[in-house]
Amino acid sequence: MFKIVAKREMAERTVCEFKIEAPDIARKAEPGQFVVIRANETGERIPLTMAGTDPGAGTINIIFQVVGKTTALLRSFGEGDEIMDIIGPLGVPTHVEKLGTVICVGGGTGVAVMYPITKAYKEAGNHVIAIIGARTKDLLILEEEMKAASHDLRVTTDDGSYGHHGFVTDVLKQILDDRNDVELVVGIGPVPMMKFLCKMTKEYDVKTVVSLNPIMVDATGMCGACRVSVGGRTRFCCVDGPEFDGHQVDFDELVKRQRAYLTEEKISMDQFMGGIPE
Amino acid sequence: MAEKEAKGKREKVPRQEMTEQKPEDRVRNFDEVPFGYTPEQAGLEAGRCLQCKKPKCIDGCPVEIDIPSFIQLIYDGDFIGSARKLKEQNSLPAICGRVCPQEDQCEKVCILGKKDEPVAVGRLERFAADWERAQGEVEIPLKDPPTGKRIAVVGSGPAGLTVAGDLIKKGHEVTIFEALHKTGGVLVYGIPEFRLPKAIVQAEVDYLAKIGVEINVDYVIGSIRTVDELFKEGYGAVFLGLGAGLPLFMGIPGENFCGVYSANEYLTRSNLMKAYLFPEYDTPIARGKNVVVLGAGNVSMDSARTALRLGAEKVRIVYRRSRVEMPARIEEIQRAEEEGVEFHLLTIPVRFLGDDNGWVTGMECIRMELGEPDESGRRRPIPIKGSEFIIDCDLVVVAIGAGANPLLPTTTSGLELNKRGYIVADQETGKTAKKGVWAGGDIVTGSATVILAMGAGRKAANSIHDYLMSGQKNWP
Ligand SMILES: Cc1cc2nc3c(=O)[nH]c(=O)nc-3n(C[C@H](O)[C@H](O)[C@H](O)COP(=O)(O)OP(=O)(O)OC[C@H]3O[C@@H](n4cnc5c(N)ncnc54)[C@H](O)[C@@H]3O)c2cc1C
Ligand SMILES: Cc1cc2nc3c(=O)[nH]c(=O)nc-3n(C[C@H](O)[C@H](O)[C@H](O)COP(=O)(O)OP(=O)(O)OC[C@H]3O[C@@H](n4cnc5c(N)ncnc54)[C@H](O)[C@@H]3O)c2cc1C
Ligand code: FES
Repeated sequence: MFKIVAKREMAERTVCEFKIEAPDIARKAEPGQFVVIRANETGERIPLTMAGTDPGAGTINIIFQVVGKTTALLRSFGEGDEIMDIIGPLGVPTHVEKLGTVICVGGGTGVAVMYPITKAYKEAGNHVIAIIGARTKDLLILEEEMKAASHDLRVTTDDGSYGHHGFVTDVLKQILDDRNDVELVVGIGPVPMMKFLCKMTKEYDVKTVVSLNPIMVDATGMCGACRVSVGGRTRFCCVDGPEFDGHQVDFDELVKRQRAYLTEEKISMDQFMGGIPE
Repeated sequence: MAEKEAKGKREKVPRQEMTEQKPEDRVRNFDEVPFGYTPEQAGLEAGRCLQCKKPKCIDGCPVEIDIPSFIQLIYDGDFIGSARKLKEQNSLPAICGRVCPQEDQCEKVCILGKKDEPVAVGRLERFAADWERAQGEVEIPLKDPPTGKRIAVVGSGPAGLTVAGDLIKKGHEVTIFEALHKTGGVLVYGIPEFRLPKAIVQAEVDYLAKIGVEINVDYVIGSIRTVDELFKEGYGAVFLGLGAGLPLFMGIPGENFCGVYSANEYLTRSNLMKAYLFPEYDTPIARGKNVVVLGAGNVSMDSARTALRLGAEKVRIVYRRSRVEMPARIEEIQRAEEEGVEFHLLTIPVRFLGDDNGWVTGMECIRMELGEPDESGRRRPIPIKGSEFIIDCDLVVVAIGAGANPLLPTTTSGLELNKRGYIVADQETGKTAKKGVWAGGDIVTGSATVILAMGAGRKAANSIHDYLMSGQKNWP
């Protein structure tokens, strides 16, 4: 059992942050790694990135967007409640090195995944430009944190309610047009955003890393649920990733695989929200 | 005199069948198929045993259970005594009685089997173990005085459970680290409920906990702790019982269509995550109507029979060799056939077909013929040119074997791995190339059997005990 010691809600309750007691995981976790959570005995195993860790206090932070049954169930948990299983740290840590100028682009809850990575690139001595975006101002998360984690933060909203009116990729394009010293772009967010971003950085010939989020089960390389095609090869995202060379990823396949259980996910969610399953 | 009479009667009794759920009923539920012997049946079957002076069955058993003695105890009506006799050599008799390939082991060499059918050793084993459990008379063994030595067991499949059980009885402190959220290895995530009820595995694990084994689930060793860190924390020896947890795929086009599962994923969703109880349990599973399973081992039979129970109208096993080469147990093949699974032999898929949403809709296959024997001694299947044809399906389970999961081996320095990534360990002791580290079960042999994993666990436990008690010197 893993105790929730703090809870914070953001983005009009669509996003939630937990600080959880997990001393053994906290001691070992590195940026870019994730945990698998099983909320209760009947629960599904879902992967969530660690948005931060405090090895001294023995805690890890997760930030999740409520998109379905499990995340809705998690949101209903409060301080002092316990999560049945947390497994980690999983996945290959972000390969952080001093490169020069690095642009970190986060969309939606991808910002949460991006936050520790951004921090790590800055700490490694890079000049870090961060671009974060959301549909609208109220859904934007971690602005303050990202400001501190980078040298230069740009904000966008799709509806223009705050910051630049448009997409994160618009701002990225501007920067790539303006400067030619960008060594690396890291893009994390919804698949369509990552796909579009990679198409663009390819034109500029700038190396791009993305963090993929296929459906997982065990997340230890035992089942192959998380297969992704990278450079024409099948890789297991949970143990070979989650970060890959964005110019090699088959995003269309990823989107289709993510949608494999839409019908079942709706049944689960309807049942949880008190709707009547057929 | 009485003895003689009994013997005279023995030979006339036919091998006792277990009553079981009818195929048409059982394909609609996940309950265990056979019900097991009644005490009367067990007595009759036990009476068939010739009590040979030089019993061959003991040699046929990988862990050398004293088979005639445990059977005699059943015949005498001392069922609890029989279970304890079994446990002298086999700590998991309720499990082995259900899943061991007896027809290739003890029952294969049974003298009675030369003229008649062999004694049903497996069914009797299962009977005695179930009896003991049902009576709640599971014995708490006397433990040797505490030694103060600590052992870490990584993995809680049959190999790890055996090591833990043996060493705790010798007075050591034992901690199990299991990557998944439940203990039991393949016994809980792979083998379905209808073949091995999970309550039985849980009872064995509860027993270990009761006699003092510390059990940590959700611990992926290699990630949350390395093997070297375990030593630093004061463990004197580490046993690796990691299993063969890497799914193999065909490597043909279209394999990443939705609806193409590895057997590991399909069975893990259904068994470990209880997707067959969706939406009571949250984990979903695709319920195909027209299912194809690739491969013909036990794992394939389990997948095919799971698909039927999840509502499939048609389930086909597609296998590249012929019937005689099918590696599954005969009993499992028969059960699958009774339930309506079809077999398409000498056939191999060359690519998967899918729709615009990325879901599998079929496979292009090619027919095979058998050529000369290959390294395995089985005739090599060769594709017949121009024999391509399409099989329609909406779900595929790839059950063509497993490999070594590299997660721990590649994060542990000093281990020796073979070409296929399995850990090299001494056959007799389980010692690896790394001081203080033993390995056994599928992670050493590749996919094998429960009883072989247990046998390897027992040998390793003995070797670990000797090593710890003799001052942790000699290596290897
Ligand atoms: C490595 C990795 C890191 C992630 N980190 C974060 C994070 O930090 N914050 C965050 O909000 N989300 C993160 N996700 C996504 C998160 O796991 C899913 O949103 C979550 O599983 C949804 O579960 P649900 O039951 O609430 O929704 P559902 O209604 O079940 O599913 C909604 C969508 O989420 C995806 N999903 C469903 N089940 C799984 C599963 N078992 N594994 C992965 N994806 C699934 C599917 O694409 C599905 O269509 C991460 C995913 C991966 C693979
Ligand atoms: C579907 C199926 C059906 C089968 N049917 C039969 C049958 O009828 N009869 C028979 O005799 N055999 C059968 N087998 C084979 C048998 O189950 C295996 O040979 C046996 O379970 C091997 O035991 P093991 O202890 O070596 O490993 P496993 O049972 O594989 O257990 C290994 C455990 O180690 C854990 N682990 C792995 N890596 C780590 C790590 N880094 N840290 C912590 N934990 C880790 C795993 O999660 C797992 O729980 C079947 C196998 C399958 C898959
Ligand atoms: S989630 Fe099972 S192998 Fe990656």
